[in-house]
Amino acid sequence: MDLIIVGLLLGGTYALMALGLQLQYGVARIMNLANGEVLVAGAFGAFWFYTGAKLSPFVTVLVVAPAAFVVNWAIYRYLLQPLVRRAKSRGHLEVDSILATFGLAFVFVGIMLAVFGGEYFSYSYLETAFVLLGERYALNRIAAFAASILLCGALAFWLNSTRAGLTLRAVAVNPASAGLVGINVPRVSAQAFAIGGAVTAAGGAMLSMFLTFDASIGVIFTLKALIIVILGGVGDIRGTIVAAFILGLAETAVATLLDPGLTLAAAYLLFIAILLFRPQGLFGRRPS
Amino acid sequence: MTERERRILPICLAAFIAAALLPLADDGYWLALGISVVMYTTLATSWALFSGPTHYISLATAAFFGVGMYTVGAWVGLLPFPVLVLIAGLLGAALAAVVGLATLRLSGVYFVIFTLGLAELARQVVSWVQTTMGTSSGLYVLTDITEPIIYWSLLALAAVIYLIGWRIGRSRLGFALRIIGNDEVVAVHCGIGTARAKVILFVVSGCLAAVIGAIMAPRFAYVTPTQAFSPMLSFQVVIMALLGGAHRLWGPLLGVIPFTIVLDLIAANFPNQTALLLGGAFLLIVYFIPNGVAGLIENGLRRGRSRA
Repeated sequence: MDLIIVGLLLGGTYALMALGLQLQYGVARIMNLANGEVLVAGAFGAFWFYTGAKLSPFVTVLVVAPAAFVVNWAIYRYLLQPLVRRAKSRGHLEVDSILATFGLAFVFVGIMLAVFGGEYFSYSYLETAFVLLGERYALNRIAAFAASILLCGALAFWLNSTRAGLTLRAVAVNPASAGLVGINVPRVSAQAFAIGGAVTAAGGAMLSMFLTFDASIGVIFTLKALIIVILGGVGDIRGTIVAAFILGLAETAVATLLDPGLTLAAAYLLFIAILLFRPQGLFGRRPS
Repeated sequence: MTERERRILPICLAAFIAAALLPLADDGYWLALGISVVMYTTLATSWALFSGPTHYISLATAAFFGVGMYTVGAWVGLLPFPVLVLIAGLLGAALAAVVGLATLRLSGVYFVIFTLGLAELARQVVSWVQTTMGTSSGLYVLTDITEPIIYWSLLALAAVIYLIGWRIGRSRLGFALRIIGNDEVVAVHCGIGTARAKVILFVVSGCLAAVIGAIMAPRFAYVTPTQAFSPMLSFQVVIMALLGGAHRLWGPLLGVIPFTIVLDLIAANFPNQTALLLGGAFLLIVYFIPNGVAGLIENGLRRGRSRA
């Protein structure tokens, strides 16, 4: 029982981080290998404000997310759009964007190493116990979970029930046809990429409350987010959230029953299973 | 052999013999640099054997390299060294086969994602095995293999890799891979078993990287998981191959020689900014010389010829 609750709490924060990547990959068609670095940058932002000014991470999110929005918008506009224009096909764009964001990931790691150094970081915020179903849990995990779910819900509502969300979904389904009905596809793609970055950075700020992190840990989160997106099905918000909970549960199970150092193995096992049995994702449709 | 290949062959042989004489001339800095150059040449060329024609970007070189290194570390002293190198090659091939069979039937994205974390996964598993078996965090590799022997083994391996690459380029398999790289749908419609061709070549590439790791192991007296499965290595190999030009067999060599020297300078002068500088250099390559130095040379030649 304890295991399931801890797993679900972790899954909530994972959902937020994976939704960010989902927007970048599903709508803007950029497989962003620097996604984890944006998350770590969000974590560093929360750390910096908390240790420097005693600001709660829930307040910092209001600074971190807009900052990530601006940075990611600039990245898309000035680094990735030239690749979109130069690409002859979707496959060609995939190769180019993978290479470009892979290089970008190392640039981010280098900047964070230069600013913060190579040590491990963590801070204690809301470290009181919270009793749930007779067991005690750290309040920071519960708070991070609640905030993440709130943000996920708001994002899902925005995507499903507003006109702006509808345009985003139209681009996700087919960029060429979206252009035909008067949608400014490059602009919407840039927006989706920037919002994705902001959501991921917010996820990082949430995770930093209870996770120890360092400058070069980003690649692990990139990998987890990618596996969640594939598991849930590309372009499927509901699938992403379900998949995030599955990964959270699987990781917690491996960490408590086997060894905390083997969490990546849990993610890989899920990944292999999905590749062998349902490569289109849990809720995805088989391509005809 | 074509007329052109017959003309180039003596030049290649002469360059190879000249390279083999290096340890006789110097056994300090230049030999160390020579080992780095040959190691990265072999790694980048074997990477480009698969990723060059198919455009499937493998980010897992460090995983195979580390598997080779750890094979030697685990059984050194129990088995003769050549046998260990052989086992390393087989393990590397087996790992590549698992990755290939799981991902290469599907689209390239799955392959990239799988290889992205593979080195980290291997590092976690090896660390876990070491701690549960109660041994220390690393392994001693004490042999009487000296630096000149490592250098010559790598050089011989480089010759083998170039021969393999040349053979594949002329075979049906190489032709099939070039078609896959140009348009996979067309390749399927031609009746090419695309998954089979890709898996075979990825296995060759992974096996070679593991063998290189095994040969390099005696150079480090003490092997740790963090060092054997360093993500930086995968990144460096991709940069060098792309800088040189991954679409030609001789391309990576053109990237390795300048980059190894630059890397040496960066590591000596800016040890803390390595990731930043490498990332920046990589972006410049992706944006401004997408076909590498080999592509630039070919364009220059073509322009020269059309003008004449």
